[in-house]
Amino acid sequence: MSTTTFSLEFKSETFKGKVNFPTGVFIDGQFSAGAEGTTIDVINPSTGKVITSVAEGTAKDVDRAVKAAKRAFTESWGLKVPGSQRGQLLNKLADLFERHSDELAALEALDNGKTFNWAKAADVAMSIGVLRYYAGWADKIHGQTIETHEDKLAYTRHEPFGVVGQIIPWNFPLMMMAWKLGPALATGNAIVLKPSEFTPLSALRVCSLINEAGFPPGVVNVIIGYGHTAGQAIAEHLGIDKVAFTGSTLVGRKIMEAAAKSNLKNVTLELGGKSPNIIFNDADLDLAVNWSLHGIFWNHGQCCCAGSRIFVQSGIYDKFLERFTAKSKALKLGDPFAGDSYQGPQVSKIQFDRIMDFINSGKEQGATVHLGGEQHGTEGYWIQPTIFTNTKPDMRIVQEEIFGPVGVVIKFEDQEDVLRQANDTLYGLAAAVFTTDITRGIQFAHSLQAGTAWINCANSLHPNVPFGGYKQSGVGRELGEYALNNYTNVKAVHINLGQHI
Amino acid sequence: MAKAVDLSVPSSNSKIRVHTGLFINNEFVPSVDNPDPINVFNPSTEEFLCAVAAASERDVDIAVAAARKAFRETWGKNVSGFERSRLINKLADLIERDKQTLAELECLNNGKPVKIARDFDISDSVGCLRYYAGWADKILGQSIEIDHKAKIAITHPEPIGVCGQIIPWNYPIQMWAWKVAPALAVGCTIVMKPSEITPLTALKLSELVKEAGFPPGVINTIPSLGPVGGASLAAHKGIDKVAFTGSTITGRKVFEAAATSNLKKVSLELGGKSPHLIFESANIEQAANWAALGILYNTGQDCTAGSRLYVQDTIYDKFVPILAAKAKELVIGNGFDERSGGGPVVSKTQYDRVWSYIESGKKEGANVLIGGEKRSEPGYWVDATIFTDVRSDMKIVKEEIFGPVLSVGKFHTEQEAIDLANDTTYGLAAGLHSTDQAQCHRVSSALEAGTV
Repeated sequence: MSTTTFSLEFKSETFKGKVNFPTGVFIDGQFSAGAEGTTIDVINPSTGKVITSVAEGTAKDVDRAVKAAKRAFTESWGLKVPGSQRGQLLNKLADLFERHSDELAALEALDNGKTFNWAKAADVAMSIGVLRYYAGWADKIHGQTIETHEDKLAYTRHEPFGVVGQIIPWNFPLMMMAWKLGPALATGNAIVLKPSEFTPLSALRVCSLINEAGFPPGVVNVIIGYGHTAGQAIAEHLGIDKVAFTGSTLVGRKIMEAAAKSNLKNVTLELGGKSPNIIFNDADLDLAVNWSLHGIFWNHGQCCCAGSRIFVQSGIYDKFLERFTAKSKALKLGDPFAGDSYQGPQVSKIQFDRIMDFINSGKEQGATVHLGGEQHGTEGYWIQPTIFTNTKPDMRIVQEEIFGPVGVVIKFEDQEDVLRQANDTLYGLAAAVFTTDITRGIQFAHSLQAGTAWINCANSLHPNVPFGGYKQSGVGRELGEYALNNYTNVKAVHINLGQHI
Repeated sequence: MAKAVDLSVPSSNSKIRVHTGLFINNEFVPSVDNPDPINVFNPSTEEFLCAVAAASERDVDIAVAAARKAFRETWGKNVSGFERSRLINKLADLIERDKQTLAELECLNNGKPVKIARDFDISDSVGCLRYYAGWADKILGQSIEIDHKAKIAITHPEPIGVCGQIIPWNYPIQMWAWKVAPALAVGCTIVMKPSEITPLTALKLSELVKEAGFPPGVINTIPSLGPVGGASLAAHKGIDKVAFTGSTITGRKVFEAAATSNLKKVSLELGGKSPHLIFESANIEQAANWAALGILYNTGQDCTAGSRLYVQDTIYDKFVPILAAKAKELVIGNGFDERSGGGPVVSKTQYDRVWSYIESGKKEGANVLIGGEKRSEPGYWVDATIFTDVRSDMKIVKEEIFGPVLSVGKFHTEQEAIDLANDTTYGLAAGLHSTDQAQCHRVSSALEAGTV
């Protein structure tokens, strides 16, 4: 079976070099065409034009991948391979990410639209950190010995599930892959991974690195396919023991439903957010302005934990808005491969249209466009950093996740009231509070219904600190030691040493 | 005395360069006030290898000050877990790269076979460093509920500070790795005193510490005489914790010095007289293999050596000859000889000690089943020696010999075996062989030892 490949010579300011790698479905260590022989076009969001076509995977390919993963799990992976060896392979993969970091960053910038500099400094760097972090856990998956009585030895084992399905989004393609591979492989699972059909390139490049690192064939299988076909197939597959999904809350529900209806597979979800960012009068103003900017405009606002509702206390409101606006205006939109660009295009036409629709709804519902509110340029999917003021709580731009560079700035006076407003959402992914009164900061952090509470910072993550949602922002935690729980099944072993009945 | 010397590797043209100074602040320096070096010997040939600087109390002060400065400025809380992890992994990579050279040096100084040093000692050391590198960014505290309205409480594990580490001569590289890996992983700085009998690989490893990129002062290596450097570390008011591996008798001195100086934290890995129980249901072949390994590995120079063997009377006559045959298979010889499975004991002092125990065994009336005869050639050779018909009051049964000398006794009931096993002031390890699952658990619960 022959495979599609992708070849390109980059001649940009920030990256020059040739890439050439297979882009077939990656099953059992081999690239091939999909079962239906169809392909998916990959579009460059900077131009709206097709870069290449990659093989499309469908339900039949998922079947084949599950078989390969099951075989690998029983024969050459799982607990047959000691943790120290699993750790070494993960470290080897991290080494390869490091060696190819420029290439990976370039693919990310081309496919997703984020700038090369951000892709290298944030996405690729954190991916490497996450892989190394979980490499360190691989030989430390401990159960417990538990005292019951002298005639019994009781202990727990934390065993891998077996074959796990993983479905990742397009906003941080490479990094989301690393967040998934790390803990799943460290604990000994075999994987069927579906990257987003919008941003398949970096994942496909990683497949070759997985082979090069020395993972046995079938341990990691990657299928580019549509959510309603390949994604659905994974969620309802009887041969998959656990599914992990990162994406919208809407689709997350479908995953959980499919899991419930099929084999009650274990489910973890990382979903959307409408995270509040609360700035008190006594905040360090410049600190708050800079982090707030990062909170909503970084990654073009395409962040599940984006601080998209900015609550500013009345005493500092005017000053904050003035400085925040000035800094937002100064953000450089441009070619992702230009050295001075801060913001590239949104990832796709669909997202562009969605975000513009939200912006229009804000205008229609009577909010003030304080800054931006229009497309930037005529080609590609750039949207100006946009700030709405004078909003009402029931407006769509205040309630719903926009997933674009659109922030709403809301004045508040009373501490209790802003807490109520901040928590008045179906979401609960993250929250931030800016204040120099540390006691108040901590009390607020403890009262906010969010899986991550930032005090005097925002959008700041680490491989070893857990991340995940309250309420409809998700189930389970990624990163940190906590993520290991997503990929292990606890078995309690009872050994009778003398109890006769 | 800060110059480098080149040691010849037997049956090869290569040489190994060893720096003979004290390693402080990433540099090899002479002692400030001690002109008398430590003479280092090859135990297989009794030949002089080289002389290395011997740290005085003043040198220890300087090393401690360097470690304290590093802890305050470039290590401790100044370095993230990720960076500590990266550096420790780098060190592991370098040791792996240089494993042949390090193994040859270990063989020259300690006598153990090159292939064992390389494929066991060093392989284990690399694995140990990588294991603790993995922990470095996972040092977790707890958040603890007190009263949600009034107080939050968190525990924050912090590095203790400057650690004095004193290691023995039986596994020079491996003991070095076991000490530095966890200390570095949590952010401590180190003043390491390798054994004055086997300082060479610690000095060689110090070069790799610098090459890996550890800031100056994070690890300092100061060969020294035990009563000088060791005592000084144990009593030093600038050291927050001392970790010692060695004899119980010296361990007591370390503990005492810590108490009378500044109540520094102490951890001790001391001696053992570990019992090994062979029950009648045991797989005899396997049990004999493990029993032989237990006393002969590293020529018996192992704190966990299974030096007392008790065999159930019903299988005694069958088991003992099989054990003797297996013990005789071990070739003890020069470590550069491919055929050698074990080397000499490490020094003249140890040689005299072990032989005096063998003589006492004979004198107290134990039966020499195999071994017990000195060789005539140069080198500190002790061949596998097995005593039978032993009594509990014999020196060879009570005291740690630290050589390839086994005492074999008999028991009738399970309880008798347990009582014999536990009749010792030691409690490092214990072993049993049985295919009766319930017995395995009962007996392992009853044995008073840290590893069963």
